[in-house]
Amino acid sequence: MSLPNPLDSQAMLLALQTAPFLWLAVTAGCYLLAERLYTVSRHFPLLHPVLVSIVLIIVILRLGQVPYQTYFNGAQLYHWLLGTATVALAVPLFDNLQRVRALLLPLVVALIVGGLAGMLSALALGKLFGLTPDVLISFVPKSVTTPIAMALSQHAGGLPALTANVVILTGILGAMIAVPLLALAGVRGEIAQGFALGIAAHGVGTARAIQISPTAGAFAGLAMGLNGVLTSLTLALVLSLWPA
Amino acid sequence: MLYGFTFLVLFQLVGEMLSRGLHLPVPGPVLGMLLLAVWCTVRRGVDDRVGRVALGLLRYMALLFVPAGVGLMLLGPVLREQGWAMLAVLVFSTVVTLLVAGLALHWMLKRFPGRGEDGQ
Repeated sequence: MSLPNPLDSQAMLLALQTAPFLWLAVTAGCYLLAERLYTVSRHFPLLHPVLVSIVLIIVILRLGQVPYQTYFNGAQLYHWLLGTATVALAVPLFDNLQRVRALLLPLVVALIVGGLAGMLSALALGKLFGLTPDVLISFVPKSVTTPIAMALSQHAGGLPALTANVVILTGILGAMIAVPLLALAGVRGEIAQGFALGIAAHGVGTARAIQISPTAGAFAGLAMGLNGVLTSLTLALVLSLWPA
Repeated sequence: MLYGFTFLVLFQLVGEMLSRGLHLPVPGPVLGMLLLAVWCTVRRGVDDRVGRVALGLLRYMALLFVPAGVGLMLLGPVLREQGWAMLAVLVFSTVVTLLVAGLALHWMLKRFPGRGEDGQ
């Protein structure tokens, strides 16, 4: 008891607060926990690991009074790796290239119909539920991957920061409900499931499709890329034709 | 592992450069994905070192959305005013998009099963 305490708790706390990898570790820890929960619950939709991790981390940040910017600076390595993972989708895509070629017509039709449904349903429902015009425009590109959606929202007079949040929420929601919803509609094939996930729910949906099968993941990645292009090219036209 | 990772990052960089340089409406990583798929076609295969890193990354792709997703905590004021309407639009529109895309492809695959394909 008379010995000096070798543990300098003050210094330890400081190291914890300033080490950039703290938030990498917290993010990974929360995700692993959430993934465990998802597996144990046999993929119960409401326990989607992205949603559960986000909620856990927001609670931790609120409790510790840590601003989002501090957290993001610490955890941004994962954010940057997202681009690399998107490039990596080329591998399952290549493995399925024969099938993509054989199914070109059905894929193109589903892309156009699904992509337009994404934009038009947001416009119609936004009007129905009385969203203000800038908020409404922020919702229209919500099914495409974040960088495209933010650029489009900005260009069309929306709120890019809101669009980023809406895009993530759409992705999580799509990933949560796609499999049971499509099964209810009689759609059980891995190609149709994956492609619909990629069109409606971009990267988060693609990540969910990879859990179904590498093939579903490949078609989701393809759909995500194609819908990004389609939405970029047609958004201005759709908005100009829409009776505001 | 380093070789495969560097290879992927290289395609990401090229995609980013082309996307910015040519003002294309496609983000760099998506362009990088398409370019790498073309590269694999030309080479008639995926280098095993690249393939292993790619599958490792994809295994944890969902995790990579978490840092951006935590940004939802900044959504305060708009949410208070239009929160329920926004949630309703989000839910119904996502349901519609999933159903239209999924059913359209399901129906088209039945109609046009493709050459030597069972459509599933």
